[in-house]
Amino acid sequence: MSAEAAPLTAAPSAAVAAILGRHRLRAVEALPWLCAGLGFFALPDYLALGSQILIMTLFAMSLDLVLGYAGIVTLGHAAFFGTGAYVAGILALHGWSEPISALAIAGAAAGLLGVATGLIVLRARGLALLMLTLVVAEMLQEAANKLGWLTGGTDGLQGITIAPLLGRFDFDLFGRTAYLYSLAVLLLAWWLVRRIVHSPFGHSLTGLRESAIRMRAIGAPVFRRRLRAYAVSAALAGIAGALLTQTTQFVGLQVLSFELSGTVLVMLVLGGIGRLYGAFIGAPLYMIAQDQLAKQDPVNWLFWIGLLLVLIVFFARGGILGLVDRILMAMGRRCA
Amino acid sequence: MRLDMPASPAAAPALETRGLAKSLGGIPIARGIDFRLETGERRALIGPNGAGKTSFINLVTGHLAPSSGRIWVGGEDVTALPPEARVKRGIGRTFQINTLFAALSVLENVLLPLSERRGIAGRMFRAAAADAGLAEEGWALLERLGLAEDAARPVRELPYGRQRLVEIAIAIALRPKVLLLDEPAAGVPSAEAGIIIETIAGLPRDIAVLIVEHDMDLVFRVARRITVLVQGAVLVEGTPSEIAADPRVRAVYLGEAAAS
Amino acid sequence: MVPATDTAMDAALSAAISIAFHGVAYGMVLYLISVGLSVTMGLMGFVNLAHGVFAMAGGYAAVTLMARAGLPFFPALALSVVIVAALGMMIERTLYRRLYDAGELDQVLFTIGLVFMAVAAAKFIWGPQPQPAPVPEYLRGQLVMGGRAFPAYRSFLILSGAVVVAGLWLGLGRTRFGAQIRATVDNRRMAQSIGINTSLLFTCSFALGSGLAALGGALGADILAIDPTYAQEHLVFFLIVVAVGGLGSIIGPLAAALLLGVTASACSYLAPQFGAFFIYAATLAILLWRPHGLFGRKGAGP
Repeated sequence: MSAEAAPLTAAPSAAVAAILGRHRLRAVEALPWLCAGLGFFALPDYLALGSQILIMTLFAMSLDLVLGYAGIVTLGHAAFFGTGAYVAGILALHGWSEPISALAIAGAAAGLLGVATGLIVLRARGLALLMLTLVVAEMLQEAANKLGWLTGGTDGLQGITIAPLLGRFDFDLFGRTAYLYSLAVLLLAWWLVRRIVHSPFGHSLTGLRESAIRMRAIGAPVFRRRLRAYAVSAALAGIAGALLTQTTQFVGLQVLSFELSGTVLVMLVLGGIGRLYGAFIGAPLYMIAQDQLAKQDPVNWLFWIGLLLVLIVFFARGGILGLVDRILMAMGRRCA
Repeated sequence: MRLDMPASPAAAPALETRGLAKSLGGIPIARGIDFRLETGERRALIGPNGAGKTSFINLVTGHLAPSSGRIWVGGEDVTALPPEARVKRGIGRTFQINTLFAALSVLENVLLPLSERRGIAGRMFRAAAADAGLAEEGWALLERLGLAEDAARPVRELPYGRQRLVEIAIAIALRPKVLLLDEPAAGVPSAEAGIIIETIAGLPRDIAVLIVEHDMDLVFRVARRITVLVQGAVLVEGTPSEIAADPRVRAVYLGEAAAS
Repeated sequence: MVPATDTAMDAALSAAISIAFHGVAYGMVLYLISVGLSVTMGLMGFVNLAHGVFAMAGGYAAVTLMARAGLPFFPALALSVVIVAALGMMIERTLYRRLYDAGELDQVLFTIGLVFMAVAAAKFIWGPQPQPAPVPEYLRGQLVMGGRAFPAYRSFLILSGAVVVAGLWLGLGRTRFGAQIRATVDNRRMAQSIGINTSLLFTCSFALGSGLAALGGALGADILAIDPTYAQEHLVFFLIVVAVGGLGSIIGPLAAALLLGVTASACSYLAPQFGAFFIYAATLAILLWRPHGLFGRKGAGP
């Protein structure tokens, strides 16, 4: 057999090298950062929206780690986003206004919640798992709703003040500091997630997504790996939530809502799941479209989002990046 | 006759079960199975449909928990261990129904077990490709199984026969001490079946192989000894010629043929 | 027997009866809506988050038929059920069917999409405000039994629920259709191999489930007000009934729905400061203890 295989082995090695070299940075990966930098200078009036886009991108990227990579379908990721948001808000209202340490604390709190709930939730599969993630988020929202003395109940937390960033940069009215702060945090988180998805651990997550049975049969501690991914993702979602609190100086119950869990799912799916950059496509597109369309017509906006979801499921399972892949492949075939 | 017996007869068997029993929904699928597989042995497990062959494999790997009985791997009692811990003790398996990482490339399908075996699969902050020798070992394995040309293709795009080869590649990547093959060649075209037989024959001498198979031709080519399982119990064990001549085995198979 | 204790006892008893009564009525509505979801999820293994849409559609249809077309209560109810069952059948045939073998995520996304579209459509057609419950005049009063007064409509609700439970119990327990459903829930492949037309079975049970949801939505409009966010707002409770009750069963969701109804009623009466927190905590505990629900037919498996 080796005699027949020998001439063939040389040809695919380029494709194999591509698989093995995926962790190396490519030029195209600078694109989101160029856009974000350009946006700062070109659209000074839209920096508040810009910060929110960066924050939702971070949130969607955290979801990608559990959903796209580890294959854990969750309907309650807002639980972690909301926890981070509330922790940051409560810290600031109780005198801890230094933003970066508060961000770290909020992330840690959400991460711990991820471990605690993951220990429960990740034992289930299928419908039960879906239900448990949903119920955890609903439970937290109900708790936030009822613990008015701590969370402000339906009024939310108002009058939050955040100390200047690094003791020097005030959170200004134009949102310049907020934007650059969010951008820096997103950049760090992206670097971290990128390292993770290209690490052996990240690869084993895709293995879990494809077949947990096989992963057990090759000796992987399935539950522990899932739990770790869930905790990291929860911490990142918590950091995103804390960023929202710090940049908008407000926390409301909607940060824990099912709507938010659904929205971030839609963003990620729109961009493409399990691709790291789906969040970078989906979140901005969704947020910009919402900003432009939803203000005029919130009813129809919801309808179009619904229709879009149905169309994605039937015609574009990989989201926008999946479509781009297909187009590139078709072009490649035509050229070849 | 027993060329593949270990040099030291005092050594513990690669795999041993005693009184292994299990019922599912009140139906016994294993009824006190006593089984011994020596280091380096090539054994076939045969029996009519529903005899409990796959269940026996699942009991050994830990995918099923026995109601009673014990399991030893290399002399160590693994009865209470979960499947992943048994893999670390040297149990490797293939599945009767392809259980692969369908969306991943063939190469990635073997890199995952290689990383697990090397104990690096939990590392979060280092590029997987940075590990010296990992990709080379994966590549060498694919070449050995004639899969190198498909290395970059997603497994789900491969024809069935080649997917069966990936099943075996994943199990071999673990360098198991006991390799359990659940109908590795069922439904496989002859070209791939040939590779499968060659691969099994070419495995290192210290690996014990248990192969569940219906194709008697393949069984006779691969196995030196055969265990016949009927209704969750060992009916008889012996060399291929002994089994072929055994009237009870004939009765079981002829009875089945007459019934169906 | 001090008179003061007596009145306190009587007040407590009254409260308990009132909680139980309201809770059972609420539970019956949840049951009517969710039982179809349980059967279809059990049959097809389809994660259907859009089931509430059919209940909502039933509610809107009944309201519209009564208020605008001037139909009497029972004909309007019957017609709503038929319309929604037909709608369900149509959607099953054209869309759901194509995702039976797809992954969980695709099913979730598709059905969330349906919910969004339904919410927007309802708001567009009927406006954002809740619709008045279609309760006929002769069911509005009180019913006096054993010296206590019960709202007539709630009593009617409980009775209707009981009739449907009995109907389903007999229907699925005694008929060929029911036997086929049970066989398919247990083992789809086996059912197909013994010649059950699972495709037709899916469509029929989906239509039945949609029709029952419509009935629940229309009858229960008094308790779960019909407004555009209905399908989204009550989704969690419908799913809790199914998950806690166990997939593919008739009696499991009944127990879960009654439990949920009575608990919710007791919580809102005795501990309103906790809201639904207890319900979520209890759901969490039950699903941890029994991941396949209290009456799940699918075994834990290896």
